Amino acid sequence: MKTGSRPIGSRAYGFYALFAKEVVRFLKVTVQTILTPVVTALLYLLVFGQALEAHVEVYEGVSYSAFLIPGLMMMSIIQNAFANSSSSLIQSKMMGNLVFVLLSPISSFEFYAAFTLAAVVRGVLVALAVYLVAIMFIDLPLAVPWAIVFFAILGSAILGALGLVAGIWAEKFDQLSAFQNFFILPLSFLSGVFYSIESLPGAWQTASLFNPFFYLIDGFRYGFFGVADADVGISIAVSLGFLLLISIVAMLMLHKGYKIRS
Amino acid sequence: MAVAVSIQGVHKHFGTLHALNDITFDVPQGSFFGLLGPNGAGKSTLINIMAGLSRADAGSISIMGHDVVQDFRLARHSLGVVPQELVYDPFFTVREILKLQSGYFGHGSENKPWIEELIETLSLSDKADSNLHDLSGGMKRRVLIAQALVHKPAVVVLDEPTAGVDVELRQALWRFTKRLHDDGSTIVLTTHYLEEAEALCEEIAILNRGEVVALDSKQGLLARCPYRTLHITVDKAADQLKGMLPEYLQPLLVDTHKNGISFRLHKTEHQISDVLEALKNAGLNVMDLYTEEAGLEEVFLGLTDSAPEVVTEVTV
Repeated sequence: MKTGSRPIGSRAYGFYALFAKEVVRFLKVTVQTILTPVVTALLYLLVFGQALEAHVEVYEGVSYSAFLIPGLMMMSIIQNAFANSSSSLIQSKMMGNLVFVLLSPISSFEFYAAFTLAAVVRGVLVALAVYLVAIMFIDLPLAVPWAIVFFAILGSAILGALGLVAGIWAEKFDQLSAFQNFFILPLSFLSGVFYSIESLPGAWQTASLFNPFFYLIDGFRYGFFGVADADVGISIAVSLGFLLLISIVAMLMLHKGYKIRS
Repeated sequence: MAVAVSIQGVHKHFGTLHALNDITFDVPQGSFFGLLGPNGAGKSTLINIMAGLSRADAGSISIMGHDVVQDFRLARHSLGVVPQELVYDPFFTVREILKLQSGYFGHGSENKPWIEELIETLSLSDKADSNLHDLSGGMKRRVLIAQALVHKPAVVVLDEPTAGVDVELRQALWRFTKRLHDDGSTIVLTTHYLEEAEALCEEIAILNRGEVVALDSKQGLLARCPYRTLHITVDKAADQLKGMLPEYLQPLLVDTHKNGISFRLHKTEHQISDVLEALKNAGLNVMDLYTEEAGLEEVFLGLTDSAPEVVTEVTV
């Protein structure tokens, strides 16, 4: 068995292998990673839709249940894209098997791109599953399809990159859970999933404009109904800016080896 | 001789601890190189810097001529590391994890025959499609070795590969690493089992408290200990012997047991014939004798802090 004779492999294949590993990892536990979030979203739809359907009309001619579906889809994207990269990374750190990636010639950018793209796949799959089940019961227009696809991918990428940052930063599951419960969850709940910010008092409306998740949900909802609380151009700009910021932070952490290379 | 690993002036601090202090040495290509030292000596830190898992505060390391920081891709392509800990990814089977690891190094289906050869050679065929979580510790250790070799590195680092494994697996791993070496790989081995280093390694570096305290061939290191042990069986019980020995033999006596008596002799200052003559003059008949050369363990203890009193006399 002769070693030392292998020609140098393809860089693109190294990235692809890590991306494929991250996708296969969540596909091996689809009950936890796909089915459970879909059921959770549908339970929200059932409870809030039933309770508020007759009392609330956010946009003219749009039922509350229909209004709710894009919000729940984006909330699923936010939570699952974040969970995908953060939980994979912290598990690898805790189990010690991250060393196999760190020993390989995969660069910081390829590492970032593979984890983020895998999070996009999971986020979009969960959102698609929520959509396919929801439209069996509720009519939902597709006013601006490109906006739906654009914000689904952008939201997944932002939260995938944020999950990477949290996964690198956290040293134990407890810290990751705190990040998720005290940062991701409140920001997603307070971003307009269940309501339009137009219905909020002035101060809360202003506060919502500083929540980056609001622009994801608002832009995504614009794709379905063609109307939104904020100008879609602003939603695109803020979301792209947030992705750039989080990506730079993630890349810097990876490049410095923060908490993963001593 | 061409250099496989070049380590030049490497320093590493952890807070106030100077974990590596100006480490400089080369590992020749094709050698079986032992990296020894007590716990905390800095072996794993040095390996981590070689592998890119840690970064040196100063100095540089290159693998097959490629700097591990500036030219990390080629350096990592040239290096396979078997980690000390039994780490694994519980989501995958043996075959899946080897394909993924091969992929990280940029190899696709063209590497499948090599993966299958590794599975076969490391006796993993029966478990190739089993989840890593379900494997025994010994099997997991074999998978770690396969993962380190999946990209056919020129230099293989084994960080205490036989720690905690049974005798049978240890022998199998010895045979496997010898075969790798015979086929041209450069092997860097760290181990706590000095008989393992003595049996396998040609060149040895000993680290202690972050510094290289010895760098020599195995023969050169063994020659540093000028003592040998002479074991003699005589025709009287040991408890009667002590009073019968001539005065100048008393300090050389290290052990008595039944009819056996052992002396620690300096190779040039003490002649075996003088000892035998002295015993004969004392009225003792020698029934049997053999000598035992100093082992690596004795040299190791002499170079590190944990040396017993008798060994600290060794001149190095």
